[in-house]
Amino acid sequence: MKRGFTILAIVTGLLLSFALYEALIAAPTERTMGDVQRIFYYHVPSAWTAFLLFLINFVASVVYLIRRDLKSDIVALVSAEVGVVFCTVVLVTGPIWARPVWGIWWTWDLRLTLTLVLWLIYASYLVLRRFSTSSQTAVLAAVLAVFGALDVPLVYFSIWFFRTQHPSPVIGNGGSLDPRMAQVLLINWAAFLCLAWLVSWTRFRLEVLKREVEEAQSLQSLLEPSR
Amino acid sequence: MNSVHYLYAAYVATWAIHGGYLVILVRKYSRIRREMEKLRK
Repeated sequence: MKRGFTILAIVTGLLLSFALYEALIAAPTERTMGDVQRIFYYHVPSAWTAFLLFLINFVASVVYLIRRDLKSDIVALVSAEVGVVFCTVVLVTGPIWARPVWGIWWTWDLRLTLTLVLWLIYASYLVLRRFSTSSQTAVLAAVLAVFGALDVPLVYFSIWFFRTQHPSPVIGNGGSLDPRMAQVLLINWAAFLCLAWLVSWTRFRLEVLKREVEEAQSLQSLLEPSR
Repeated sequence: MNSVHYLYAAYVATWAIHGGYLVILVRKYSRIRREMEKLRK
């Protein structure tokens, strides 16, 4: 297990370095936007990774509600937490791209607003998990996650079915991305997927350890009065 | 501001967010290690 983690860490580091080189140097410069378009190589893969993590959170939450299995509860927590990190990257890099291209940092456009709502839903999920002391916290969080996941397809398909200020889809639904740009985009997505996997793995082990310590502490507190 | 500066700002911000999360994880791990040490005593 430790060897697998080390291999994944090395692969992630190499892939991220290669992806950075591809995004900043090797990818062709876009004709109208110029170099600022290269933000896209971090913005879009981060969004796709966040969507995938929220999907994992949804599946793990459903499994937890059916089986009350501790492992799926931890997977749900971890995927939501790492998903929020990637969603934060999306919400930060988007306005940085929009300022030179649109002339504004933010607009209450459907895609942007729904993404902000998505971030708020999962941030609330994490706040609930962090501060609720109820024994039903995991169940409540799982229910919130199931309803919260409904926003993911809304965010994703909002630019397919509605006219928004956000650029149209670049892949699928008539997207016409330069093949070299598409290649760089996929390399960056692969790198971010590896990063997400590595971070989630670390966070998962940390959560298992934390729960073991908490269990040992409660056992100790039960034994203490008899000493 | 030159458009290249926006590009660098976006990349730096991305790594700052991931780095910040990593710091949170390291601090969480140190806290758990301390708790484990306390339990062992």
